[in-house]
Amino acid sequence: MDSLIIIATGSLVAVCGSILGCFLILRKMAMVSDAISHAVLPGIVIAFMLGSDLDSAWMLVGAGLVGVLTTFLIEFFHQHGKLQTDASIGVTFTWLFAIGVILVTYYAGDAHIDQDCVLYGEIAYVPIDPIILSNGQVLGPKALIVLGGVLVIILVCIIPFYKEFFLTTFDPSFAIATGVSASLWHYVLMSLVSITTVASFESVGAILVVAFLIVPPATAYLLTNRLHYMILLSCGFGILSAILGYYLAYAIDGSIAGAMATIAGLVFGVVFIIAKYLEKSRRIAEMEELSLASK
Amino acid sequence: MIQQVENPVLEVHDLTVSYDKKPVLWGIDLSVPKGAIAGIVGPNGAGKSTLIKSIMGLTALSSGYVKIFDQELNEVRQRVSYVPQRESVDWDFPASVFDVVLMGRYSKIGLFKRPRKADTEAALFALKQVGMDKFKDRQISQLSGGQQQRVFLARALTQQADIYFMDEPFAGVDAATEKAIIQILKKLSEDGKTVIVVHHDLQSVSTYFDWVIMLNLRLVASGPTDQIFTSELLEETYGGKLTLLSEVGELMKKGQYPSRDKQ
Amino acid sequence: MNLETFIEFFSLQNPNVRYVVLGSVLLSISSAIVGCFTFLKKKALLGDVVSHAVLPGICISFMVSGTKDPFILIIGAFLSGWLSIIVLDYIVANSKIKEDTATGLSLSVFFGIGILLLTVIQHSGNAAQTGLDSFLFGKAAALVGKDLLAFSIIATVILIVVFFFYKEFKLVCFDQEYAKSIGLPVKKIELLLTSITVLAVVTGIQAVGVVLMAAMLITPAAAGKFWTNRLSIMLLLASVFGAFSGIAGAYISYAAPSMPTGPWIVMILSFIAILSFFFAPEKGILIKLFKQRKIRNQLLEENLLKSFYKIGEMNEDFTASRSNEELIEIRRFSSAQFKAGLSRLSSQGFIKKENSTWSLTQEGFQKGMRVVKLHRLWELYLTKYLRIAPDHVHEDADTIEHVITPEIEERLEKLLEYPEADPHSSNIPYQ
Repeated sequence: MDSLIIIATGSLVAVCGSILGCFLILRKMAMVSDAISHAVLPGIVIAFMLGSDLDSAWMLVGAGLVGVLTTFLIEFFHQHGKLQTDASIGVTFTWLFAIGVILVTYYAGDAHIDQDCVLYGEIAYVPIDPIILSNGQVLGPKALIVLGGVLVIILVCIIPFYKEFFLTTFDPSFAIATGVSASLWHYVLMSLVSITTVASFESVGAILVVAFLIVPPATAYLLTNRLHYMILLSCGFGILSAILGYYLAYAIDGSIAGAMATIAGLVFGVVFIIAKYLEKSRRIAEMEELSLASK
Repeated sequence: MIQQVENPVLEVHDLTVSYDKKPVLWGIDLSVPKGAIAGIVGPNGAGKSTLIKSIMGLTALSSGYVKIFDQELNEVRQRVSYVPQRESVDWDFPASVFDVVLMGRYSKIGLFKRPRKADTEAALFALKQVGMDKFKDRQISQLSGGQQQRVFLARALTQQADIYFMDEPFAGVDAATEKAIIQILKKLSEDGKTVIVVHHDLQSVSTYFDWVIMLNLRLVASGPTDQIFTSELLEETYGGKLTLLSEVGELMKKGQYPSRDKQ
Repeated sequence: MNLETFIEFFSLQNPNVRYVVLGSVLLSISSAIVGCFTFLKKKALLGDVVSHAVLPGICISFMVSGTKDPFILIIGAFLSGWLSIIVLDYIVANSKIKEDTATGLSLSVFFGIGILLLTVIQHSGNAAQTGLDSFLFGKAAALVGKDLLAFSIIATVILIVVFFFYKEFKLVCFDQEYAKSIGLPVKKIELLLTSITVLAVVTGIQAVGVVLMAAMLITPAAAGKFWTNRLSIMLLLASVFGAFSGIAGAYISYAAPSMPTGPWIVMILSFIAILSFFFAPEKGILIKLFKQRKIRNQLLEENLLKSFYKIGEMNEDFTASRSNEELIEIRRFSSAQFKAGLSRLSSQGFIKKENSTWSLTQEGFQKGMRVVKLHRLWELYLTKYLRIAPDHVHEDADTIEHVITPEIEERLEKLLEYPEADPHSSNIPYQ
């Protein structure tokens, strides 16, 4: 039962990450999501200090705001400070992360949040932390329920507005010219990324959530030519990594989240080689076709 | 030689656009009549694309205003179509030709709703017009430059607009595509639509366009091709830069002067 | 803050303090210098990738050797750091995947592998492993003699390489195409630059940890860039910022032992960067705001003088006193600005106050006349050379009249052949 819960949690992180990640990598914003995932740390710690729970709805709202703030800061340093984007990302997220780490050490005694958790979480604890209703009924593992909620939020934001996300990702200036606000959807996406990061924080940590945001979508990108297939395929790769990762961690007794990221990387490697091979044979076929045609 | 027209479909009034306080377009005043196929010509860095972008509201104006069909852009967006430069998007994007063309209908479809049959039919019809219907399921990265440009044109056609702005539609396309595009533009003009095109190749100006806009940081000329497209005005457009003008522009950037005195 | 601790710390009597201070300074300087080059190559996030990617190398070295000898761990770290960059470049060169995605991919997968190996080692019950995880968060406060020796050697290597290849690095960062065209072995120089980046990261990570290492490279360079456009000065500034933060961070965690050194070094670095962002001369935001305020004042004053001149022109009397109402009739000023502008002009000696009316001094007259003259000259220039209709030139001239320097004024006069009237046939005044 526990292993099922852990795999389910990992899969939920993977699915949330995959859906958003596809848009992120197509917008060339993979590193912005990396920055956001680090930058939410001080927000989390402050919310902790104020006595709010890691899974409360307020935490998610706060995370959404911090994500928007991070994107805004990166833009601000870039536009007003003439700092190139990569440097602006680097300066912003390390600064916010440093604040977070200092706060963590300062309040280490008060909150059950420690440094390791920040980096790679502990998904193995998910089953032993259930939500219990006031009448004593056990609702289920907290992280699982919260992630399920986040997935619903993501679906509610993406499905009805799929075409707006599609358009603003592919051609923002055309979108603006036809009256679709590119920046609105940009900030919605960034808020969703922050919410996902916070919700996955306890189970996979701040850095490994990036693996779920980037690696499965990049894998799917190699194989497909349609955005909706890319998203579905990416979810599939994500879930596959979660399952295999769990058993790998179990077999060699290591971090489950780390193993999931390792498997995701491995899957990418295999797909990369296959895609390269397919590409090569397609080229050869084309060449042959050409030479036949010329004869 | 700047000819203003009665009842223009496009009116640009005293338009100044600056990047980092340095004006890149100075006091542009022009108007274009209905049904024209207008070419915007000028050397590199003359502000041709900037002019189109500022008309489309993609670049902020420092002063002046733009009116299309005698109204603000936001009032008439449904009647305006824009074709960005081909290089402005990532052609590795996982989308099919049909997906991209259908984007032209999005603003008509509206939020929440999915494309209806009428929209897919409009997209198919546009693809046929540009001779790309055979490629409708092709991934966009597998197209040649000319085919990509046709897809962009088809997307604009599905908007069924009354005025079209195109940023370098002939750049890097094959001769057949160029011919096909210009035929479509002529057809649009016959139907009373107006087309405004950023253009590079001076050779073809007099056969393609019946209206010419010559630009080099400032407006040098605007009017019917047969009157405007003279070697004298061309020389003025492509020849000497106004050094005084660019130096004053640099001074504004250096001192960060507000582009227009708003006191 | 406690003076005793302060003296105790800075006297460097305590060998532990000495190690920590020296170690932090060496690390900060070498990463700041290397960071300047990666910053200018627009590859600032490369350090972030490498710092995450060294973890699997460290773990494997430990698993193979069974010791925590810094030299052995550094070799493993160096190799896996290098590998991550090769993987990144290979993916970008051989697929449609873009650079940012490949960066994030390489970073997170290598780190995932590292975490997996690290936890495996930790769970194996090997007693020698304790302290390996200091690579995650750094252990600047617990540096020992052997670490310091390793740092010093590596820092010296980095500085020597930068010293000898300064010219080449500069050119490759600035203009790669040109560097290629003059026959520099660009690939080899890049290889060298990447190698010292990896070296800097591998050592720095032990002080500040995986995530914050990126800051040690990027932030000093970004801060330095606000102050200068010259590479040599930028390198110097970045090193000073780095060294200062290193010492300050070490001091904070000495004075308050619960405080982590690494994050404080980064905090201070970020603080310096943000200060630079606001206060640096020329590029700082506040300086820009200040300049704009000054310009607004200049515009206001010149516009007021222009109004005086225009009233004088209408009445053919430039010396008579004018009331507030008369001035506002010529041009609309907001009342607060109007008052402030007039009082500044009078304290500068351009106008005189008589009861509640104002009159121009000789200097004020000259200055007002010049503005009017520039306005009209520019209007003429616009109609003549830019073919702008006479009814559209006024607004532009209203701005440009304040911008024109005496040198441009002279050229404008010559170009227009000392015209007598502007497009609206108003007289152009000359002294």
